[in-house]
Amino acid sequence: MIGLATQVERGSVVIAIGGVAVRVNTADADFLAMLEERYAGFVTAETGADARAEFDFDVELVPPAFADPDADLSVAYRSGRWFMQRGDFRAELDPASRRGCIRQSANPYSIDAVLRITHTLVLAKRGGFLLHSASAIRNGKAFLFAGVSGAGKTTISRLAPPDATLLTDEISYVRKIHDSANGESYVAFGTPFTGELAKLGENTSAPVAALYLLAQGPENRIDPVTTSDAGRELLANMLFFAEDSEMVHSAFQAACDFVSRVPVYRLTFVPDARVWELIG
Amino acid sequence: MNKKIYIARSPRIAARMLGQEMLVMSGQGSTLFTLNPTATILWQAADGATPLDQIVEHRICTEFQVQPEEALRDAESLAEDLAKHGILQISDQPIPKPVASVHSSQQPESQPESQPRSLKR
Repeated sequence: MIGLATQVERGSVVIAIGGVAVRVNTADADFLAMLEERYAGFVTAETGADARAEFDFDVELVPPAFADPDADLSVAYRSGRWFMQRGDFRAELDPASRRGCIRQSANPYSIDAVLRITHTLVLAKRGGFLLHSASAIRNGKAFLFAGVSGAGKTTISRLAPPDATLLTDEISYVRKIHDSANGESYVAFGTPFTGELAKLGENTSAPVAALYLLAQGPENRIDPVTTSDAGRELLANMLFFAEDSEMVHSAFQAACDFVSRVPVYRLTFVPDARVWELIG
Repeated sequence: MNKKIYIARSPRIAARMLGQEMLVMSGQGSTLFTLNPTATILWQAADGATPLDQIVEHRICTEFQVQPEEALRDAESLAEDLAKHGILQISDQPIPKPVASVHSSQQPESQPESQPRSLKR
């Protein structure tokens, strides 16, 4: 029967962000190499089909010829599966088997979006979230700097002193940790999701000490924020894609829990390094 | 004799008292609202079993020192507004409790205006 079937050799890479490992399988060696380079530092040492991962995606590469490349993102839960779709990709994830598939062209942006969506879905169930914020570790504690585009996430990252470890300049990864000794707390992890700085965060983590809501002004200062304002602003900066009611409620409760436990301040700063004298 | 009105919290809503403000989020459309003090009282008292006039008499008139007739008219209008946003359910009969609910903590209340904001990015 030789010649009747051709077995396609598939390669795999396991990308672990925030302690959640996602295996990506592809038959395209160039795409695999691109993933290994793009997520360097977050690719686990274990590779191949035997590497342990929480989620498994098969990537089918297609020519970049979708009907509408600028179509909006939609994430919907139907018949026990998550369906993710944007102008440049279509993906599905079965949360029960933890297997999914992605149909996209050979580019790094589509799979990056699928990874972000997958992590928001995972985190929402576990009391955590992805946040539009820079984050860094200083003196063993993590600090988050949240704000919309232009608020200063890249600037505060660029101004970070040498003793600060940058976790991300764009998308922070926050997990709720249950500890029998300390109860519930929050830990920030490094991410490969970059902003203008185009520099991957360090793949490390630390307990979250504070969230700063960024504002630019004539002086460096820290002001208190009411819990309700903190909750509103945290929700406004959270990445959340699903329109599923249960997931929305989970995200809402995660935000409320976070601001009830973690100090939140408004950080007004001028763009110079002295602002870091107020941090840590 | 006036018809009784009953109000219940929508099962599609998640709510949380943060500081002095009641935040509620609709699962549909990911819309966030901040309830004003009167809306917060209605939300907290909306058990589906207590008629609105009793809620007004025992919770609103005592809190704001307002005449019952005027307070009831305002409360009916507010309840309808909250129902339009999917926050409350309104009926002329007692409303049974849903099997599972997503509501959370409720305590004292205060502060301004319903304010929708989107969670979507």
